[in-house]
Amino acid sequence: MSSILSIREVTKSYGPHKALDDISLEIPSNRIFGLLGPNGAGKTTLIRIINQILVPDSGKIYLDGEPLTQKHVAQIGYLPEERGLYKSMKVGEQVLYLAQLKGLSRSEARSRLKYWFDKLDIGDWWGKKVQELSKGMAQKVQFIVTVLHRPKLLIFDEPFSGFDPINAALIKDQILELRDEGASIIFSTHRMESVEELCEYIGLIHRSRLLLEGRLTDIKKAYKQNRFRIEWTPGNGEVALEQLLNGTPVEVSHFDAEEHLWDFTLQVPEGEKQRLLHTLSEKGSISSFRELVPTANEIFIETVQKKDLHG
Amino acid sequence: MGKIGLIIRREYLAKVRNKSFVIMTFLSPILLVGMVVLIAYLTQVNDNEKRQVAVLNQSAFFRDLFIPQRGVSFIRLDGLSLEAAKDSTLSMGLYGLLHLPERRDLVDVTEDAFLYTKDAPSTSVLEEIESIFEDGLRQYRLRELGVSPEQYAAVRSGYEIHTATFSGERSTKGINEFKALVGGAFGYLIMMFIIIYGGFVMRSVIEEKTSRIIEVIISSVKPFQLMLGKIIGTSLAGVTQFLIWIVSASLLMVVALLLLDIDPAILLEQRNMPGGLDAQLGTGALAGDETSRMILQEFLQLPMGLLIGFFLVYFVLGYLIYSSIYAAIGAAVDNETDTQQFIFPIILPLMLAIYVGFFSVFSNPHGPIAVAFSIFPLTSPIVMLMRLPGGIGEGGVPVWQLVASLALLAGTFLGIVWLAAKIYRTGILMYGKKPTYRELFKWLKY
Repeated sequence: MSSILSIREVTKSYGPHKALDDISLEIPSNRIFGLLGPNGAGKTTLIRIINQILVPDSGKIYLDGEPLTQKHVAQIGYLPEERGLYKSMKVGEQVLYLAQLKGLSRSEARSRLKYWFDKLDIGDWWGKKVQELSKGMAQKVQFIVTVLHRPKLLIFDEPFSGFDPINAALIKDQILELRDEGASIIFSTHRMESVEELCEYIGLIHRSRLLLEGRLTDIKKAYKQNRFRIEWTPGNGEVALEQLLNGTPVEVSHFDAEEHLWDFTLQVPEGEKQRLLHTLSEKGSISSFRELVPTANEIFIETVQKKDLHG
Repeated sequence: MGKIGLIIRREYLAKVRNKSFVIMTFLSPILLVGMVVLIAYLTQVNDNEKRQVAVLNQSAFFRDLFIPQRGVSFIRLDGLSLEAAKDSTLSMGLYGLLHLPERRDLVDVTEDAFLYTKDAPSTSVLEEIESIFEDGLRQYRLRELGVSPEQYAAVRSGYEIHTATFSGERSTKGINEFKALVGGAFGYLIMMFIIIYGGFVMRSVIEEKTSRIIEVIISSVKPFQLMLGKIIGTSLAGVTQFLIWIVSASLLMVVALLLLDIDPAILLEQRNMPGGLDAQLGTGALAGDETSRMILQEFLQLPMGLLIGFFLVYFVLGYLIYSSIYAAIGAAVDNETDTQQFIFPIILPLMLAIYVGFFSVFSNPHGPIAVAFSIFPLTSPIVMLMRLPGGIGEGGVPVWQLVASLALLAGTFLGIVWLAAKIYRTGILMYGKKPTYRELFKWLKY
């Protein structure tokens, strides 16, 4: 996996408070990377360092193999969590201005802006002042500002906050489309369901340190505990489930007496899965058999709590 | 266009398109001219009002002296008793009654003369009547001494000593004050500009902070570029406003004065009111004319090119120093109400410069206080400009002082802008806290 951004041993302190402690991280190119962590973990500081808003105390950052310099701002698009626009400036002019600051020519910015206005269905906002827009409308404008200069690397900090479900879905599709067109995306959020949905890679920062990093499916594999959830109906009426399973502890979630349907969860020792399946299908019929993989949310909570307990 | 250029352009347009800015730009000259014209008009009306005073002269003196004056005319009442004269004065609705009783001696007459009025008499009426008596008394005493009025007029001529510098330049009394006034006008302009447009810079920074757009912008440009662009853009808007003010106010003034037929001299004349004896004898007026002619001459001889050149240098450096402090303050706070504790220390040296300028530089443009404050960088833009109309070199500001002042100013400029940029850089990302001086100091180290 090639990486677009390489963060090496970055440390940043504010006086006595260490905001980032020796963070090394590879952001894969052309993928969506979820940057996770509780409030105050240091995510915003890291994002600001990538945007060269802050300077790290030590450590280096490489974009596409080159040490990060001021000329790279044109290749990065940043949607901060604290967002805002000039309230009394007109939408069209404002987007043109911000795009020009990112190095786009005025005419180029203008034609791309038309495209995005059509795409997000906001054709007649050009002459409106931002203070006349609703919050969701302003968010759309801000999204356009972030992507208009076609950056290689996009950083979205809580991109869905302030959107209704319909517009959130619209923005999600845009993000996926941008990835398909070749952009690499850093996605910072607290909403774990959108992490599951979008991120192929994640990194988890807690208390200024990187606790977890890698492909989400690999991490899940590492965190799974061979637990299975099974729905099963015995062949000949009642049966003692535990006896059948040789005393393996079973958590029954539900028993439907009429249908004789058992819904239960159990831990299967390594290598025993085939034998279990065989036994169950011999003595009855399986209507559902699935391995319980931890969710991103569970991994998040478990990792953070473990760190808090053991330091 | 470079990034700073883009920022300057935006800041300029944002400012000049701002409604309250536009209104202020066009309303201020109208208000100013309106006020001046109103004052002139009222002064004129006030002057034109003539009061009529009845005179009951029972003495043998002052017979022909009660001729109409600027603000009073006299009506002679003869052969009435004092009581009857009072009654008729009241019934005729006159301003008052001047009674000169019958006495043998002129001095006794003046001692016992009375002015009766309904209310307390106005000072201008009193002055005019008193000067008539003074005149009469003087003529009487001159006659006693055997001196004719012509002889007296010849003796009593005004005198002003001629002054010159060692290099032979002739100078005029009051010219120091006048020169300092010209320089003071430049200095005052700088102070007003700093306070008005420095405040604009500060508010504009606060606006970016509270609207949260700041983070997007500084992910594209360096905070220093933003700060500099903002300061320059705002000051260009300020220069535009000043030019509009100067041009439109002068035009309006001329038009208004012509339309209302007001003599602008009336405003100046007012200041020389207590003319008294000198004015009447004509000698004082002559000396006054001489002085103003000399001052006009001096004004034309002022090194205007030099003044304007240094004005620009001091203006640019002084303004940049102060407005970057304003920008740093704007970055440090979340809203305007929190700025007070930081603004006072900025205003202080400016006020000090103006006061020192008007009290110390006026009387002694090259005294130790004037020299010190014209070298100290936070006051030099104002104080040095007050000294410069005296010229550079002999008789004026010594070259070393000018060089020291400019060098210190330039050094301070670099230092302050560097410090302010550091505070600015950290401050714009801090939300929700009202910082203390101690915290600002810590930010310098981030």
